[in-house]
Amino acid sequence: MSMPFYVAPEQVMKDRADYARKGIARGRSLCAVQYDEGILICAENSSATLRKVSEIYDRIAFGGVGKYNEFDQLRIAGVRHADLKGFSYSRQDVDARSLANSYANMLGQIFTHEMKPMEVEILVAEIGDQRAHDQLFHITYDGSVVDKDRYAVLGGDADAITERMEAAYTDDLDKQAALKACAEALGGPDRQIAPDHLEAAVLSRTNGRRTFQRLEADEIAELLS
Amino acid sequence: MTLPFFGPHDDPGPSFAALLSGRGLDPADRMRDASGTVDTTHGTTVVAIRYADGVIMAGDRRATSGNLISHRSMEKVFPADRWSGVAIAGAAGPAMEMVKLFQLQLEHYEKVEGQSLSLDGKANQLSQMVRNNLPAAMQGLAVVPLFAGFDRRRNQGRLYQYDITGGRYEEGDYAATGSGSLHAGTVIKLGFRDGLDRDGGVDLAIQALFQAADDDSATGGPDPVRGIFPLVATITAEGFDLISEDDVRERFESLLVHLRSTSQIHGGSETAGGDR
Repeated sequence: MSMPFYVAPEQVMKDRADYARKGIARGRSLCAVQYDEGILICAENSSATLRKVSEIYDRIAFGGVGKYNEFDQLRIAGVRHADLKGFSYSRQDVDARSLANSYANMLGQIFTHEMKPMEVEILVAEIGDQRAHDQLFHITYDGSVVDKDRYAVLGGDADAITERMEAAYTDDLDKQAALKACAEALGGPDRQIAPDHLEAAVLSRTNGRRTFQRLEADEIAELLS
Repeated sequence: MTLPFFGPHDDPGPSFAALLSGRGLDPADRMRDASGTVDTTHGTTVVAIRYADGVIMAGDRRATSGNLISHRSMEKVFPADRWSGVAIAGAAGPAMEMVKLFQLQLEHYEKVEGQSLSLDGKANQLSQMVRNNLPAAMQGLAVVPLFAGFDRRRNQGRLYQYDITGGRYEEGDYAATGSGSLHAGTVIKLGFRDGLDRDGGVDLAIQALFQAADDDSATGGPDPVRGIFPLVATITAEGFDLISEDDVRERFESLLVHLRSTSQIHGGSETAGGDR
């Protein structure tokens, strides 16, 4: 019987984290920002069918970066979690905080126990009845949850994008200004992202029960022009 | 509640019913081994009429238990999703559960798959739900819905009728179901013409419900004392839209004025005819 080599737990965790970070850094980033009517989520995405931003429930949206099949599995699990909860209890009992915790548990579990961590970072956003009650949860590959305020940036290039968002953010953004801020932060000073390589959606307090609304390509182009 | 995460082998796909079943929450499962028959609250007449811009759906508000009126303001016309509606007749409890599940199923599919079902797909889903209710229907808990929607691929309104076995019948012009459907259906049959406008269609639906209530004790007529009137909704390219109660009230009032002035309500005894 052969004995496996001893590897220090610190080293195992570090290797896994490096592995996940490398995977995430290969993809494009995403950012979400609060604006006057709710929350706008914008991602750099060259595909018009494989989405990074989606609806979870009446007031909750999902955003994912990294490996598509992995965050899409998480998205579907979130939709199921929310619909089951709304069916068993009531629609108003479905909240982002509980969903974010479930995601964190699961990602943490996979990070420590599975062969390979998930190469994803996800965002769970919920709008409240007023701006102060909006919530943005950023959950990383190892299951850490961060409760963000004003805006959230996900992806490999997050530090540089966060810096640009910080400079662009004001408290009175409207939809157009919010989209412009996101597009410019994602692109950076020397790179302008073509509108058809952007995916955007809003959770808007003006939308009735289902607040999630995708911005179609022509609308994005018009808002950015 | 743990996150419902599945492997590739046990994934329920976009079906909300399969998901519920896997969690032991499917209401149909609980009904399966019940035996005997029960007498419970029933809802009655609902109608659907195709018109120029789409479909009109209407339903009375009465629920009965045997010979008693158990509820005066029950809603029997619901939006199924943005472009379709469902109206129910039959045992009230299972019917409302079915509507709730149906609405959730359509929304669940749309969110998981990223696009909504075709109108035929939706009608077929409802058919399966009615079929699953057959054991309960044999025990006196039949649910017979109407389904109508605006088909955005064909750009027209379409409507479907069901039987208790889940049989699905697409109707071209109108459909009625429930205990007063015979009377309501006849009124619509006589008043229907191709390309009805919105006003004509809504008035026809209101007249049909009035006549059904006139001859069927389980169908509720307009109740001006409590201010309860049938629910009427239109489904067009713009979506499902419930007509305001005031509008329905005014239409009923003018229908009554019309019936009185033309002496079109017959069947009373000679003395009840007054100074005729």
